[in-house]
Amino acid sequence: MTQALLEVQDLHTVFATKEGTVKAVDGVSFELNPGETLGIVGESGCGKSVTALSIMRLQRPGKIVGGKVMFKGQDLTKVTEDEMRDIRGREMAMIFQDPMTSLNPVFRTGWQVAEPLRLHHGWDSKKALTSAVQMLGRVGIPSAAERARDYPHQFSGGMRQRVMIAMGLTTTPAVLIADEPTTALDVTIQAQILDLLRHVNREFGTATILITHNLGVVAGMCKRVIVMYAGRVVEAGPTMDVFAHPKHPYTWSLLRSIPRLDAERHEPLKPIEGLPPSLVDLPSGCAFHPRCAFKVERCSRDVPALQPVGDTQLSACWVTQAGTELKGA
Amino acid sequence: MSSRGPLGEAAKTLTRAWTTADPLVSVSDLKVWFPVSSGILQRTIAHVHAVDGVDLEIKTGETVGLVGESGCGKSTLGRAAIRLLEPTAGKILFKGDDITHLRGERLRALRRDMAMIFQDPYASLDPRQTVGDIVGEPIDIHHLAKGKERQDRIREMLRVVGLNPRFVDRYPHEFSGGQRQRVGIARALAVEPSFIVCDEPISALDVSIQAQIINLLERLQSKFNLTYLFIAHDLSVVKHISNRIAVMYLGKIMEVAGGTQLYKRPRHPYTGSLLSAIPIPDPVVETRRERLILQGDVASPVNPPSGCRFRTRCPRAREHCAEEVPPLEEYGDEHKAACFYPLD
Repeated sequence: MTQALLEVQDLHTVFATKEGTVKAVDGVSFELNPGETLGIVGESGCGKSVTALSIMRLQRPGKIVGGKVMFKGQDLTKVTEDEMRDIRGREMAMIFQDPMTSLNPVFRTGWQVAEPLRLHHGWDSKKALTSAVQMLGRVGIPSAAERARDYPHQFSGGMRQRVMIAMGLTTTPAVLIADEPTTALDVTIQAQILDLLRHVNREFGTATILITHNLGVVAGMCKRVIVMYAGRVVEAGPTMDVFAHPKHPYTWSLLRSIPRLDAERHEPLKPIEGLPPSLVDLPSGCAFHPRCAFKVERCSRDVPALQPVGDTQLSACWVTQAGTELKGA
Repeated sequence: MSSRGPLGEAAKTLTRAWTTADPLVSVSDLKVWFPVSSGILQRTIAHVHAVDGVDLEIKTGETVGLVGESGCGKSTLGRAAIRLLEPTAGKILFKGDDITHLRGERLRALRRDMAMIFQDPYASLDPRQTVGDIVGEPIDIHHLAKGKERQDRIREMLRVVGLNPRFVDRYPHEFSGGQRQRVGIARALAVEPSFIVCDEPISALDVSIQAQIINLLERLQSKFNLTYLFIAHDLSVVKHISNRIAVMYLGKIMEVAGGTQLYKRPRHPYTGSLLSAIPIPDPVVETRRERLILQGDVASPVNPPSGCRFRTRCPRAREHCAEEVPPLEEYGDEHKAACFYPLD
């Protein structure tokens, strides 16, 4: 196995709220290998975005209270703010769900895309702009030289997301974190952006963390996937294996609850009963146990750790760790 | 279900004998345009052609899914179908009655027979009303029940949508998104409507909650013999819940067919690329799939392209497509598509 590019070890990020401390990320560990696309999937509030923000040290007002983020031999949770800013500009880039709020409305797009090159590589405006225009062209913006003079509001949603991707790629970072990059977009535009991300991954070799709630997007984009629930990783493994034989009841139930376009017959969906838990008032033991169809007595008492189950997967479940197969009507 | 007409006594002179074998809702050549104003005098300088010549029939007891990308006019069509909007042109028949331009008391009477479920359960419920008030409001407006009978009805509605009847005195903020959507559904059901427009009823909900609401809507449909117009951008959900699906693009219906038929044999190139763009939660299927990726963005509904509206993005477009608007043509078995050069 090649050496991991990025290693997240037992990361804890908390938020202080009026109702108490929210453990948004509660002991998350995973590795990102060079050149791969890793999916992080989960519902709102599961901690997938805060994990990404913590890697980039953008988690404020949250606080990283434990764990390490190892990147190129240094722990990103320990480096100074200046060093971190440089890493963000050169080595890691992040794109967000809403490209309108992440672009500055009062600057021309070309200027914004060129900014990392001016700031972090010290290029002069002209050279940086030329390179930015090239990059805009490479991410599929037609007549890039002219569009570089336009303001963000003059672009459509899909085009704005392309601008964001171009901005992230100007410094050819080693890691790209895409947080729900297509959630705000229509499906045909989503298909365009996903295609662009595949292309970027191939052409630039950029390792990508793709955060999404859409299991279909993971299935089409990621070789490996991490499933999160209530601030923790509940399952991890190769996407093929996780989808074919999930080893955590949450993954198992989630896959059965969503309608599939290619379903042959109409069968009632099998929903997961109950609600995702409140992070200020987590259930004891495994956070999924109140909704779990397989729970045993131990599940409400002890928190299961993420352990190998089967040849390729990791699961945080007492039931599957004991060798039980997930089956049901 | 009940035989009461939507328009009460007054309407009887209007109605010919309508039976449940006729379409419940029948929309023909419907147009809904919105003015675009500009300048100090706010003169109308153009129109948004939100719905621009739509024909659609919805049969009693069926679910018609309406899909399309944002701005295609699907919500506007839904709102016009239950007369939350007045159409610019065209005709809407409901149980055989022309309701296109109904006003005043007759329009209000019609509202008893139709309801709407909205996308955002956070925005569509008044935060200062209790759940009991929210569900009771339509009962009061239509003078359906009073006193204890009213209370009983509210509790019954909550029970029907899977909420504890003891929740009547609670406020919306005390509920989760899924529960709020249940409140919205209880409110819609309170007037015992026969036709419900569901406008993206699950898109704001968490994935694990969506199936609960879909199953609830299906259960209610068979229990109360409801007819749904189900509007959503998620074709997987629409295919699951609908008998037939209409695909809209820039104010026009491009294709109508049964869900399986539409998936297996789309005729319109837009439907084909839409289907291909929808991710399927199965890596085995995804790696084998051929992707037809559409270029460009949807054109502006203010100044839609001549001829076929999809031609600016269509991989099959030829000269003719710019010259003439393709009509919806039959492909057998209630399958219609509007394309000069259809997929085979």
